[in-house]
Order: sequence, then structure tokens, then C-alpha cells
Amino acid sequence: MSGASDIDRRTRGFRASFLRVRATFIKEFIQLRRDRVTFATMILIPLMQLILFGTAINANPRHLPTAVLVQDDSSFARSFLAAMRATDYFDISLTASSEAELDHFILSGQALFGVQIPAHFGRDLIRGERPEILVIADATDPTATGGAVAALNGLSQTVFSRELVGPAAALAPKKPPYDLRVHLRYNPAIETRLNIVPGLVGTILTLTMLIFTGLSVTREIERGTMESLLAMPIRPFEIMLGKISPYVVVGGLQMSLILIVARLLFGVPVEGSLALLVALTLLFIVANLSVGYTFSTIATSQLQAMQMSMFFFLPNMLLSGFLFPFRGMPQWAQAVGELLPLTHYLRIVRGIMLKGATFADLQADVLALALFSLAAMTLAVARFRQTLD
Amino acid sequence: MSAQTTSEPEIVIDVNGLTKSFGGPPVVRNLTMHVHKGLIYGFLGPNGSGKTTTLRMLCGLLTPDSGTGTCLGYDIRTQTADIKRHVGYMTQRFSLYNDLSIRENLEFVARIYNLEHPRRATQEAIDRLGLADRADQLAGALSGGWKQRLALGACILPQPELLLLDEPTAGVDPKARRDFWDEIHQLAHEGMTVLVSTHYMDEAERCHEIAYIAYGEILAQGTVAEVIAGAHLSTYTVTGPNLADLDETLKSLDGVDMVAPFGVELHVSGRDAAKLEAAIAPFREKGPQTWTRGEPTLEDVFIDLMSRIKDNSA
Ligand SMILES: Nc1ncnc2c1ncn2[C@@H]1O[C@H](COP(=O)(O)OP(=O)(O)O)[C@@H](O)[C@H]1O
Ligand SMILES: [Mg+2]
Repeated sequence: MSGASDIDRRTRGFRASFLRVRATFIKEFIQLRRDRVTFATMILIPLMQLILFGTAINANPRHLPTAVLVQDDSSFARSFLAAMRATDYFDISLTASSEAELDHFILSGQALFGVQIPAHFGRDLIRGERPEILVIADATDPTATGGAVAALNGLSQTVFSRELVGPAAALAPKKPPYDLRVHLRYNPAIETRLNIVPGLVGTILTLTMLIFTGLSVTREIERGTMESLLAMPIRPFEIMLGKISPYVVVGGLQMSLILIVARLLFGVPVEGSLALLVALTLLFIVANLSVGYTFSTIATSQLQAMQMSMFFFLPNMLLSGFLFPFRGMPQWAQAVGELLPLTHYLRIVRGIMLKGATFADLQADVLALALFSLAAMTLAVARFRQTLD
Repeated sequence: MSAQTTSEPEIVIDVNGLTKSFGGPPVVRNLTMHVHKGLIYGFLGPNGSGKTTTLRMLCGLLTPDSGTGTCLGYDIRTQTADIKRHVGYMTQRFSLYNDLSIRENLEFVARIYNLEHPRRATQEAIDRLGLADRADQLAGALSGGWKQRLALGACILPQPELLLLDEPTAGVDPKARRDFWDEIHQLAHEGMTVLVSTHYMDEAERCHEIAYIAYGEILAQGTVAEVIAGAHLSTYTVTGPNLADLDETLKSLDGVDMVAPFGVELHVSGRDAAKLEAAIAPFREKGPQTWTRGEPTLEDVFIDLMSRIKDNSA
């Protein structure tokens, strides 16, 4: 039969395989386009996260509500409060009239700091009796108070320089016999959003890519379309590539959106090569897509696939260095973190955007991402059920 | 397409002793089936008898627990990739994409089979199936009959040599069913082999050969005439008043194996002609019903086959 040999010839070879991947790509893309909710989610999730994280999160907050109990009316007390205000960390908005009231301000959360300047503070200071100023900090959230407490310590050097002149000059603190120069590179103003926004590119891509591919195979099974698909001459790796590739495009769009908004809204720069950033982000996208796809070949329902994706997403959030400093984590957590794609991508994206890192600087992380993708894809193809048994 | 010139037509489906279970008792048991090229082969049986499972084993979607066989000469265990290239499988439940249009669905299929001109082939299929007016409607919005046409169209688009159709006309109106069968006959005429499962008796009569399966076992195989003859049933058709009462009385008689109402008639059959005659003689004399000796229908035979199985397992 001529038709028989014909189809054998047509369906073999690399070109035929590529055409089947393309056919699947087209099909997935049309389906994606028709699915308005998913499409909207893909645009809205990044925008919402970016704006929320970019504007709301500040690991080095300033203008924190502060209550004072001033029992001394010397110029020392006024100078100290003025110096506190000048650090920008303290917003002295509450005045207590007793220690009990000061405690209440802290307990009720109205103030994060309470400052008590005791009676005769100025007099005792001049007499050299080393009077104490009590600063109470609500340290339940160390991030909120850390920067401010550090700023307080710095105060003591200079706070009374105007008062301690003439005979009292001997009481002024001595300068150390050397100068310490600290360079805060890449983010001199210590703005959290410069660290957070590039990290957000990574978390947003992880979340959306996992969810969308996580559903792709289970959806075919749940809708019953898998039976037809499996009866056709298409191979598992072709299905995988065809299903993953539309989301590489989607991920690319999300990345562009985030970078543009980050630039326009938050002034986050791209110090290094934009082309390198795009190329490595695509690699990262592929890594996550292959994980999501693997889940989708293992899960038996869309719900299960979602749960698996969430299960994978959490350690990515927590152990990658996105929320907490990677180097501050215990050894075991760092070891786990090294296995997660987001960890490597954060180094890449922060490196390129903030530090102007080049490919040579990032080689190890690129290799890790590539190996990760390859392993996940191999697992997915191996796990893909080609029969309905 | 090659014409059937040889006197010994080639065997397209050749399976022996297929057994399949899903953890429990086998749902297909020791199934042997030979289907010749160019035939329309009907696969009949009640729901849950293992028709879908058998079709899935034939096209490589399920692996049999035991048994061997070939489809178009390809081993059903090891050469499933080849089978998929040459076999068109129409699933019982619509399994194309509801969120794609008719055209998009067909184009997808055409591309997966690497047709040279997928767009042109799609357009030809649309015209051939009379789907031109609806080509850009989403498949999910089509009525059952049109979905069925689309599914058939997708199956035959790559010009397979063997079609496996799983209850293709279930829930379709009579006119659409007739069109569907005309189409299938046309395809068989062009050299395609068709294995079609159904539980409509009138459709069985339109097949060249049939197999009847119940509880996972094939109970009868051959042309309709052969299957009827093979059952060795003697049948009487009874018309007249009080058939319902008569039905009850006859059922308990020795020699009467089956009583089945067909509209205003009662079909009374027995496997042993002499015993049947003896049993019904008093009723024929007494009246008031009229008794005529008739040929058993396919349905009589199937009902009898089922009851024999029940008797054996009881
Ligand atoms: N994937 C499966 N898992 C478990 N049981 C199945 C599966 N597929 C079919 N069965 C069971 O096998 C029996 C035969 O089913 P099926 O082949 O669909 O019959 P038919 O098509 O003749 O109605 C039924 O009892 C059904 O419940
Ligand atoms: Mg069935």
C-alpha cells in the first residue's frame, strides 16, 4: 500500500519531530490565548507582586514611631532627642508622662521605641556621674529595629559635641586613633527594593511557570484528551517540548514586564549586559517549566499538581536567599538551597542587575541551572505514561 | 489503494488469547480475533463487557497481561509506535480539544501525522465531512452528532489502514447514524479495515462480520447468518392478547430457554427443538394467541448467549 510506506517516511527524522513539536506549540498557544483567566493571571500576578513587594517591603525601615518620657529639662535632653530625629529612624510622636504609660505605648504597639531621659540627667552628666538614658526597643521584629538600634550606637560619638565645650570638654568621647572606611557597594543607600525587585523576577517566574506547566499534562488527562493524544504518533519528549515552549514565551514577556516596571517605578538599574540577563533568565524559565512538567506527569489531578508546585515553591521562597540572607542560613539549609534553581538565579539576576556581573562570574550557577533542567526533563520523559494502564 | 485481488485476503488484526485485568478479575479473557482486510467488523456486547479495553489493547494504549497478537503486522506489545502511525482510533468519549475549533483540531491532527500540506488536507476533510459552515466553531459548542463527525474526520484524515471506532454512534440521531454508516461503508470500499463497537442491533446487521463479547469473553464470531445459525435456536413468534401473562408462564417451562417481548410480539426460543415443541404444544392448541415458526433474530441469539453465561456461572 503506497499510503503505508508514505506515512512511515513522513513521520521519521528530525524535521518530522520538530514539526510535531511545533504543532503542539501552536495548539497549546491557541488554548492559552482562549483561556482569558489564565492569561490575565499571567500579567496580573507579576504586576501585583512587584508593586506590593517593591513598595511595601522595607528591611531597613525609617521613621519608626517613638515615645519619650523626658524627666529632665536640660539642653542635653533636647539635643539627644534632636539627634535621634536627625537619624531619620525615629519619629518622636508620643510623649509619656510616666514609666507605666511608656510601657503601655510599647505593649500596645503604638510605639516601637521608648526613650526615657531621667531627672537631673544634664546635671549628673556634667558631674561625670555617667547617667543613663534608657531606650526600650520592641525587638519582636528584629528587622524593624535593627537598623535603628545601630544608628543609636553611632549617636553617642557626636551627640553632645555642642554642649561639651570649655571645662566640660574632657567629658567628650575620644576619637579612635584610626578611621574605618566602609564602602557599601552596589546599593550604597541600602535600599531593600534594590535587593527585592531582582529577586522578585525569580520568584514570580518560579511561581507562574510551575503552576502553568504543572497543569498541562493533568489537564489533558482530566479532560479525556490524553487518550487521543496517546493514540497519535507523537513521542513523550515532543509533547513535553511542545507544551513547555509557549510558556518560555510567556515567561519572557513576564520578565520584560517586570524589568520595565522595575526600571520606571523603582529605578532599579540593569548594570550588566541585558542580553546576558535575558539569555540566563530563559534558562531559568526552562528549569522551572521542566520541574512543573515533571510534577504534571506524576500528579493524577490538577489539584495534586498544584499542591506539588506549592510544595516546591515554598523552599524556593525561603531557602534561596530571596527573603533571608543565604549566607546567614545554617549549613544544611544552604546545602538544600544549592539544589533549588531560584538560589542560582538570584545570584545571576542580582549579579547582573546590581553588580554588573559577567558570564565568567556566573558560570557555576549557569551550569547548575542547566544540569537541573536536564535532570528534570529526563525524569519527566521517563515518568510520562504512554499507556492508560 | 490496492484492490482485493487475491483470493486469500490478508489478516489485519490477528490476536490470540488476550487477557487484561485492572487489579481485579480479568475484564478481557483469553480473547482471540482475526479480522480480514477491507471488512467492517462489528464488535458487540453489553456495557462493561470489555469492548473499549480490547480496542485500547489493539492500538497500543493498554498492554495485555497475557496473549500475543499483531495489528497490521505490527506486534501490539512492542511495535506500538508503528501501530499508531497506521491506525485511526476514535474514542468512545469525545477526546479532541473542546477549546479548539473544528479547523484547529483537524490541523493539529494533520500536523502530528506530518501530512505534507496540513492546511489543504484539513480543508479537504472539512469539505468531505460537510463541516464547512461550522469549521470555525469551537468543538465544545458542537452537538453530539457533529462532534462524532469531527472525531471521525480526525481519525481518517491521516488515511489510516485500520479504523478502530468505539461506539461511534452512541447518542446520535438516526439520520446522522445512517450517514455515519454510509461513510464507513464508503471507506471500507476504498480498502480501509474497520473494527467498530456498538450495541445497536441494526448496526450489527450492517457489518460484514461480527463478534459478540460479554463478561470479557467472545461468545460468538462470524457473519450475522453464521452467528444466528451457530446458536441452534428454534424460535416461535407469538401474537395476540395477554402476552405478558403468557411470558411469565412460558419462562418457567422446561425446554423454553428464552422469552423476550418485541413490541406486540413475543419471541419464544429453545436450544432443543424437540423439547421446545413439547413444551409449547398445549399453549398452541389452547390459544387464543397465534404461534408462527420464525427465524431467531440476532438479538434473540445475543440474549440467549448472555443467559447461557449466567447459567454457567450461577
Ligand atoms: N482503566 C481502568 N481501570 C479499572 N477498571 C477499568 C478500566 N477500564 C475499564 N475498566 C473496567 O473494565 C470493564 C470493561 O470496561 P470496558 O472495556 O470499558 O467495557 P465496554 O467498552 O464494553 O463498555 C468495566 O467493568 C470497567 O469498569
Ligand atoms: Mg466502552
